[in-house]
Amino acid sequence: MSVLVDDDTRVVVQGITGGEGKFHAKQMMEYGTNVVAGAVPGKGGQEVEGVPVYDTVHEAVEEENADTSVIFVPPAFAGDAIFEALDTDLDLAVAITEGIPTQDMARVNKRLSETDTRLIGPNCPGLITPGEAKLGILPGNIFSEGKVGLVSRSGTLTYQVVDNLTNRGMGQSTAIGIGGDPIIGTDFVDALELFENDPETEAIVMCGEIGGEDEEEAAAYIDEHVDTPVAGFIAGRTAPPGKRMGHAGAIVSGSGTGTAESKISALNDAGVPVGDTPEEVADHIEEFLA
Amino acid sequence: MKLHEYQAKDVFADAGIPTPASQLASDVDGVVAAAEEIGYPVAVKAQVQVGGRGKAGGIKLAEDEDEAREAAESILGMDLKGYHVDQVLVEEAVDFVNELYVGITMDRGEGKPVAMVSTKGGVNIEEVAEEDPEAIAREHIDPSFGMHPYQARKAVYDAGVDQSVARDVSSVLTTLYQLWDEKDGADAEINPLMVTSDDEVIAADAVMNIDEDALFRQPELAEMEEEASSGDELEQKADEYDFDYVRLSGNVGIIGNGAGLVMTTLDLVDHYGGEPANFLDVGGGAKAQRIANALDMVFSDDNVDSVVFNIFGGITRGDEVARGINEALEQFDEIPKPVVVRLAGTNWEEGMEILNEDLVTVEQTLEDAVQRAVEYADEVEA
Repeated sequence: MSVLVDDDTRVVVQGITGGEGKFHAKQMMEYGTNVVAGAVPGKGGQEVEGVPVYDTVHEAVEEENADTSVIFVPPAFAGDAIFEALDTDLDLAVAITEGIPTQDMARVNKRLSETDTRLIGPNCPGLITPGEAKLGILPGNIFSEGKVGLVSRSGTLTYQVVDNLTNRGMGQSTAIGIGGDPIIGTDFVDALELFENDPETEAIVMCGEIGGEDEEEAAAYIDEHVDTPVAGFIAGRTAPPGKRMGHAGAIVSGSGTGTAESKISALNDAGVPVGDTPEEVADHIEEFLA
Repeated sequence: MKLHEYQAKDVFADAGIPTPASQLASDVDGVVAAAEEIGYPVAVKAQVQVGGRGKAGGIKLAEDEDEAREAAESILGMDLKGYHVDQVLVEEAVDFVNELYVGITMDRGEGKPVAMVSTKGGVNIEEVAEEDPEAIAREHIDPSFGMHPYQARKAVYDAGVDQSVARDVSSVLTTLYQLWDEKDGADAEINPLMVTSDDEVIAADAVMNIDEDALFRQPELAEMEEEASSGDELEQKADEYDFDYVRLSGNVGIIGNGAGLVMTTLDLVDHYGGEPANFLDVGGGAKAQRIANALDMVFSDDNVDSVVFNIFGGITRGDEVARGINEALEQFDEIPKPVVVRLAGTNWEEGMEILNEDLVTVEQTLEDAVQRAVEYADEVEA
């Protein structure tokens, strides 16, 4: 079993004619992902990498039975692109786009609560079930099939930790980059629930960072509902208070929550060991799987 | 992007929120002339992007010309929490009986905007939020409908605002929400919103943070950005290059891709006994020129003794990164500071073939790269 995606997933790529959309559609297909269509307004009738392009997501769903969208639409139009994905009742929409205005995401968030579609992202690398499919921009070659579920707010940190795991022979069941923005679709708790219910996943890595309280909420959820062992990593221990560190969410308010310390201690209290380095995270997972 | 107080006040006043009479001045005579025109007493307020200006000596009251001159001389040119004060706002001093707080921000946990009102204005509202959260009334707003008038009234009554000014405060809050919504605000706050003995309300301070990601559709505010910039030369340069950059106090320069990985690199520098000089995220998909710009940025910081490059490519490609590093370093007869490179992920093998290894030190793992950069920095210091 896999989480959210497998080799039957039928993917439409929104923004497939753009540079990134085209490059990563090809990479996804080379990995084995079943990309069945592209959707770009005004580009209907074209083909990209042998994939038919439609003007709307609705057409892609009608003609090609797409059930999942991966969105590479520029930030000014990405909010609208997510609305379009939600309007077609897809199972899953993965928004890679970085820099979507937060107010657009607040409106998306409202609409999301009224649909059955699951959203991952935005500002995320996507997700991958090694050996089955990858949706997004993750470098497929570093992943390997296995038993570790991974959820992370940061794309490149995901790659780092996966690399540490793979190099030591610990493959992954599914890795989900949930994105670093203040308002995202799938959060830590949602991902933890998916991994807890997945029989293939025997250990979980959760990579968080300063800002917001999602990690604290996840710690409370783990304490109550998760039996699968979890190891954590929190980026930003040395970040100065009050400075925005790249991700819109990564700002320490100085009011006690949202700091690396508060997140680490919440996780520790929930029985989750937190590594000082990515290598130490791999150490913990190795112990869990031993 | 944070507006200066005077900019935010202009925006608020244009929308109909009452603000005190004020003028901007950049020299002592200008302050005195402004004060004469406004009429004493006046407040002289440093226009820099930091909180707690009053406590730090950046806000002074003046009853007459001598005091105005004295205030102007002490504030103009002062160093306020690391920021040089070039401008002051000279403002009518409001005689008040009460100070309120009103604000709009995005509640990221709920994914919705939230309107806040408190009768405990005029002080550090973060402390109030921490110590007495009940003292702040909160009303979540559905962003697809906007704030209904009843929601503004509810927040105002929940906060215990006196009935004599409740209508006016509700109206200020409604306007503040509309501004926040129209201008792509991240936060919009008035603290204090002063209440006079005549039951008038007036915005004695104004805070407006704009969502940087939305500046493309806020051309008027984008124009204010230059004026509002922080004053740190390196941070200005980073703005020009469009990097996420934060200057820190250490001597190991850090360049990476992706905020989480760059923060992790900082944390590892600290873990291995070094001190980070900066946070620099080149972002996703950086091309060679951008990589060269990043190196230029970090080399421009005199505090930097060594540089660690940590790239884990996803959307970013190792060959582009290597080209950028070569481009930046090949122009030097002698490399100014040792550069340690760690390349992984998309096209890293192509990158390693392209990278001119005579110019840099290559390490295979993140841990080794960071330790090497810390060693280099230590050698320079020793």
